[in-house]
Amino acid sequence: MSGLPAFRLTIWAAIVVLGMFLIVSTQLSGGSPTGETSSGTARVGGPFSLVSHTGGRVDNQSLAGRPYLVFFGFTYCPDICPTTLFELTDLMTELGPVATGFKVLFISIDPERDTRETLASSMTSFDSRILALRGTAAETDAALEAFSAYAKKVPLEVGEYTMDHTAGVFLMKSDGSFGGMMDMHEPRETRLENLRRIAKDQVTGS
Amino acid sequence: MSSGFKLTVKLTCMLAATLLSTSALAHQFSQGDIKIGHPWSRVTPSAAPVAGAYLTVTNSGSQPDRLAGGSTPIADRIEVHQMTMGDGIARMRPLPDGIEIAAGGSVELAPGGIHLMLIKPNQQLIEGSSFKATLEFARAGTVEIEFVVQRNPTVQTGSGNEHGGHTP
Repeated sequence: MSGLPAFRLTIWAAIVVLGMFLIVSTQLSGGSPTGETSSGTARVGGPFSLVSHTGGRVDNQSLAGRPYLVFFGFTYCPDICPTTLFELTDLMTELGPVATGFKVLFISIDPERDTRETLASSMTSFDSRILALRGTAAETDAALEAFSAYAKKVPLEVGEYTMDHTAGVFLMKSDGSFGGMMDMHEPRETRLENLRRIAKDQVTGS
Repeated sequence: MSSGFKLTVKLTCMLAATLLSTSALAHQFSQGDIKIGHPWSRVTPSAAPVAGAYLTVTNSGSQPDRLAGGSTPIADRIEVHQMTMGDGIARMRPLPDGIEIAAGGSVELAPGGIHLMLIKPNQQLIEGSSFKATLEFARAGTVEIEFVVQRNPTVQTGSGNEHGGHTP
């Protein structure tokens, strides 16, 4: 009569094995899509070509081999654009020569009002290593697309308008790949440390 | 030059800086039930077409009031605007009706939110300078104030640059 418990044990063991098999197989099949979710960020970093406020053409190829930061904005922006540019200026001042290890680009999303002269005048207030870039409407659109960034003209009163725009700072590695967004709300020391790390990328990358 | 002299110069400079920053720190204006705390404007790049300005409004009255906008000799006009962030996108909109300050309430205009926008400033705003302005309230009427020009908010989320003692 000892056959019954042995049979029960076999059944239970089979259930456990089957259960484990089911868990493992679901995790395996569910695992592959999660491995691909980061591909959204891979869309950052494509071809673009713009003219800087100092007159030279800057494109993704001329930047190759060097890390850089990108911020989209416009001069008719009273709050977040000057705030970010002053913060970047302060960080670069603090880093001193280390900050020459990366480029900082301010791309105008309002080339209609931001002429090269307007940008050149505006840039005198910030770190001289920051380059303001502008292009034709088509070149500006291409730059936005290269970073999967967004900008839209919003009409206000008679003839006036403002711009909605992506307001984060993009960190680009020396190989042209996307290194994430800079969190301007992080403690100052953390941001400085991140920038020091980015500046070093050039040395190892070249 | 003796090191003692150097130290004295250093201390004097530090003292002067402290006094200056203290005077810029706390200034306020009032009119009836409305109190305006520390109005300041951000340093502007040269030839900036706009400038952002910030302050705190406190209404100690028993009726709500409304800040509609204002004027200043150094710009075309002052409007109330709001910046909002969503999905990493900054959107700025004028608030044509201004902002309400509830009875006994207080509203802070600060970077990254509601702010005053100076349209077409006729001069560059230089750190440490100041300028006069008139704010318009629905109930309290006009309030005369003076903005101080600063580079960064006085007390803020770690973006200030007044933390001394860094390595060279």
